[in-house]
Amino acid sequence: MNRATLDLWVGFFVAIGLAALLFLALKVGNLASSNVGETYQLQAEFDNIGGLKIRAPVKSAGVVVGRVSDIRFDPESYRAVVTMKMDARYKFPRDTILTINTSGILGEQYVGVEVGGDTAMLKDGDMVKKTQSAVVLEKLISQFMFNKAQDDSKK
Amino acid sequence: MRDDFFSGGLRGLGRRVTDRVWRLGFASRFLLAILMYSGMALRRFGLTIREIYFTGVLSLIIILVSGLFVGMVLGLQGYDTLQRYGSSEALGILVALSLVRELGPVVAALLFASRAGSAITAEIGLMKATEQLSAMEMMAVDPIARVVAPRFWAGVISMPMLAALFSALGVFGGYLVGVQLIGVDEGSFWSQMQASVDFREDIVNGVIKSAVFGVIISWIAVFEGYDCEPTAEGVSGATTRTVVTSSLAILAADFILTALMFRGA
Repeated sequence: MNRATLDLWVGFFVAIGLAALLFLALKVGNLASSNVGETYQLQAEFDNIGGLKIRAPVKSAGVVVGRVSDIRFDPESYRAVVTMKMDARYKFPRDTILTINTSGILGEQYVGVEVGGDTAMLKDGDMVKKTQSAVVLEKLISQFMFNKAQDDSKK
Repeated sequence: MRDDFFSGGLRGLGRRVTDRVWRLGFASRFLLAILMYSGMALRRFGLTIREIYFTGVLSLIIILVSGLFVGMVLGLQGYDTLQRYGSSEALGILVALSLVRELGPVVAALLFASRAGSAITAEIGLMKATEQLSAMEMMAVDPIARVVAPRFWAGVISMPMLAALFSALGVFGGYLVGVQLIGVDEGSFWSQMQASVDFREDIVNGVIKSAVFGVIISWIAVFEGYDCEPTAEGVSGATTRTVVTSSLAILAADFILTALMFRGA
């Protein structure tokens, strides 16, 4: 086989190999959507974060506005400290409430942003004061059972 | 008599162990020699391109077809299990993650070892058996630089490409079966996949894996060829050893790499 045909085939091979990588990066992976634009950091303390994971989305009105970048345990307050990287395009009022929600019954957990009415906005490094913990299903069920038992004993 | 039997067996065992260790040492020295003499493979890149054609381009068909079928099987099996939990939209995640993280690099590497690795060993082994390598040395051409290094680098370059192609075709196969055949919602198939496949964590790690496998396969293949007994039996034995050893090495290295990469956040 002569040199030119060989080069053509190898060039073709390398080209489709790179195309496959590009396909994986853009179509399968999230390289296109998770572009690192300007971000600012927010922190919040939760009593219980349930199954929240690092890189979980932060959503407001269902739109992803940031991602969880760090989760750690504060040994003094015995609460979970969640650090989030928020998209700099979106600002939120100071009295915003953060909740931990679940998408669907078996879906992943995310941080929900319930926008408040304050005129002052949250800045980089701020701590969000108002938070609502994840709903722990076992607690909910035991509460329900307990109330049920109380109701029954009253009758 | 008994004494002879035991000490003989013991001696045989000892010889086999020292033989293995000796071969490992020789193989390491050989890898070092390849790296040192690879200047020519990179300067006269035409040599390497020729070998990329034989190892990479000629492996395309088997890699593409098996990737497609593995993806289609994943689509069927994944759907069968996921729909029991009412989360058949997660099919995209299942197909993409299992291909990009594990099946793409590993299965492509196993195929590559049996398709290209065995061919490299047989070629170099036959060159040795017909004394072409000695003839080169007589002409003051270093066979490691002229014959071995280009084949080694061709394998290292081809392997990540083939693994990426395998994964891409596999995802496409999963899409064909999951979305076109069974009727999983197309939008959630892709969007859930994109939401949970991370570029750095999953795709780059998969590429690193396949590059490591490329080094392992090429190293074993050229070493077995260079080290084989210069007879017909020697060449056939070396070819078999290439496939067996590199398959085992790929699976063992895959475990180590997975343990290092995905320890679960």
